[in-house]
Amino acid sequence: MNKLKEIILVKNGELALKGLNRRNFEETLAKNIQKAAAPCGGVNVWRAQSTMYVTPLDSGADIEDIVSCISRVFGIAALSRAAEVEKSMDVILPSACTYLKDDLENARTFKVNAKRADKKFPLKSPEICAMAGEYILKQFPHLTVDVYSPDVTVTIEIRDTAAYLHKQPIRGAGGLPVGTGGRACVMISGGIDSPVASWMMAKRGLALSAVNFASPPYTSRRAEDKVRDLLRKVARWSGEIRLHIVPFTEIQEAIRDNCPEDMLTLIMRRYMIKIAQAIACEDGAQALVSGESVGQVASQTLGALVCTDAAANMPILRPVIGMDKEEIVEIARRIDTFEISILPFEDCCTVFTPKHPKTKPSLDKILLAETALENERICVADMIERALVNTAVEIIRSE
Amino acid sequence: MPCNESKRCFVLQKEIYLDNSATTRPSAQAIQAAVEMMESRWGNPSSTHAKGDEAAAALHEARCHVASALSAATEEIVFTSGGTEANNIAVFGAAAKNAKVGRRIVTTAIEHSSVLDSVAELERRGFEVIRLQPDRSGHIPSAAIREAITSDTILVAMMLVNNELGSILPMEEAVRAARNHAPRAIVHCDCVQAFGKLPVNVTRLGADTVTVSAHKIHAVKGAGALWKRKGLHLPPLTYGGHQENSFRPGTEAAPLIAAFGAAAIAAGDRAKMAARYEKVKALWEEARRRLVDIDGIVINSPDDGLPYILNFSTCCVKAETMLNHLSERGIFVSGGSACAKGEPSHVIKALGLPRDAADSAIRVSFCADNTAEEVRLLAETVAEGIRTLAHFQKPKPKKRENAEKI
Repeated sequence: MNKLKEIILVKNGELALKGLNRRNFEETLAKNIQKAAAPCGGVNVWRAQSTMYVTPLDSGADIEDIVSCISRVFGIAALSRAAEVEKSMDVILPSACTYLKDDLENARTFKVNAKRADKKFPLKSPEICAMAGEYILKQFPHLTVDVYSPDVTVTIEIRDTAAYLHKQPIRGAGGLPVGTGGRACVMISGGIDSPVASWMMAKRGLALSAVNFASPPYTSRRAEDKVRDLLRKVARWSGEIRLHIVPFTEIQEAIRDNCPEDMLTLIMRRYMIKIAQAIACEDGAQALVSGESVGQVASQTLGALVCTDAAANMPILRPVIGMDKEEIVEIARRIDTFEISILPFEDCCTVFTPKHPKTKPSLDKILLAETALENERICVADMIERALVNTAVEIIRSE
Repeated sequence: MPCNESKRCFVLQKEIYLDNSATTRPSAQAIQAAVEMMESRWGNPSSTHAKGDEAAAALHEARCHVASALSAATEEIVFTSGGTEANNIAVFGAAAKNAKVGRRIVTTAIEHSSVLDSVAELERRGFEVIRLQPDRSGHIPSAAIREAITSDTILVAMMLVNNELGSILPMEEAVRAARNHAPRAIVHCDCVQAFGKLPVNVTRLGADTVTVSAHKIHAVKGAGALWKRKGLHLPPLTYGGHQENSFRPGTEAAPLIAAFGAAAIAAGDRAKMAARYEKVKALWEEARRRLVDIDGIVINSPDDGLPYILNFSTCCVKAETMLNHLSERGIFVSGGSACAKGEPSHVIKALGLPRDAADSAIRVSFCADNTAEEVRLLAETVAEGIRTLAHFQKPKPKKRENAEKI
């Protein structure tokens, strides 16, 4: 028998709930699927009811590669491979046995599920089920039928153009299609948490921009490359990310030289937020994303978060706020960023770490300390302006 | 490019390379030897035709040079891919050979990671590992060695010169203790940092196995050797062919080994070695003198160490920052073999330095090509770095008062 022509069936996740916006969601999802599969030769996507049909443009493409790319597209609940065959029971039955041979051989029970979208097809769904069940039992005599919890479900779908035999579905990435929720700007340092936070917000449908603060010579070129490598991993799920690298040395040194040591980190974070916000606005982002988790370090106590939030006038999304380090690490491993995150380079957050940072800071004291950066000798506003002018922008794509 | 970088980064006409314990610049002779092997004598040394014979002859020649530099017999030299592999073969080989005799391995806490990680793996497999701690200056006390080497010790693995501090370890003491108290013990000596700098005579050293590496003596990366005492049989780590007496099978990296041989001629020449030593010692003293003059700097290397390595701490600028600062000015040094974010190397940790000193430890390592002028520039640039980059400048008393009043 010739190699069967295969396609991929995609089940939308929460999309079905989205009422009038559904069309928009589906269109974005289709576009994202096409982009994700582009490296494997590209695909066509068409929709019918709540299923999307993904067909490879290149008939020689490796369907497994395409499945693996698409499995990282947010907005998909489940996906399965399917064989496209001629709409005749003489072809459908033997094809089903060949196509699902491995699954059926390794199963003990099965059932047949028929969907007849083409109402002109001569057999009705129950008749298809009965015929197919009998045929499969003859081919695989060790099997028994179990309609309640079968090991394998043989799905036969009759559409206008052709019949489809479904393989067992695998879980999709879940979430919502990237881009349907607007854009957010993630503050990424190079640690474990911020890539996970980025991934989680992309999962909820947000397109990503990213800001990294570089402080040469305290931080090195390799620290910047590390951030690029991390974002390349995240981009496998989120699609392309606009990365802004902000030269931050001047501001960091000014803070070090003019503010009390125990407030350094918080004051630094507040200026980072102000800068990130300006970049976010320019990029059309409506929120910042950070990898903070309550109480993880001194600058992430509730009191410290109050002080950092006061510097912001857009929401700061903190998806890992209530997670333990192990939970964050688990996701970092799953999205393959963990091994990069633990590379030992100084980053903007570790450069000037006070020995005894304030864990219960007072906003008033911090605001007063910041006045030392705003006088005839030092002008932090000018420094911010310079940092923004000299910020380098690049687009990060998955490899 | 961010403005800070352009402001800070000015290109020096000349690079100042002071990281010779990490690797060295290949000598003209080494490069020529490798190129010649690739251009004309590129046969497989195992081939039994003339093309193979040419390569085999070159390999033999290199073996003679390396053996002669170590005062060893030619057939005792086993070529490897470098120091790490040689240390692995020696440590795992000794453990496998002696596994039925005992489980005790004695080493130091300041070995190269290729020894430390190997013995850690053996520990997981049920061996007992004793890691001798250094004193504040990086010395391993002789008494501790004598005490640690008991009759059930099967392997003593110790370096001759520490790669981060330059301290010289009491190998003689270890060999004597092993021979007197642990007759079955195999004594392994990692001579990677000593080779070409101190006269290494394997017979006088008294060890059973010795590791050396090519790229630390102005040859190229990818070759090294294990000297194995004649008559000592160790099981191999890898299997596959008859090369290196089936002890280290695989087609030999003939060009790299030829370069190793060429570099070993100069490295082993005792007169040249003494001249290099004198020159480097003067540089070391000059560097030490200039650095201790800088406020806050402490020297971590011992005074009686090998003068090729000078380790110091600025106590106020993190090692990585100082490295970046020096690198931007064309001066290349090292922050220890495993400079990590907030994590000093295992050697620096073992010294038990205060946190500030440990976080800011810098290793300068010389070769005979370095000059006093380079040392002067190094000291000046370090001082400049301390002035501009100190992580916490002493808060002015007045400001602190203000902050407290708020």
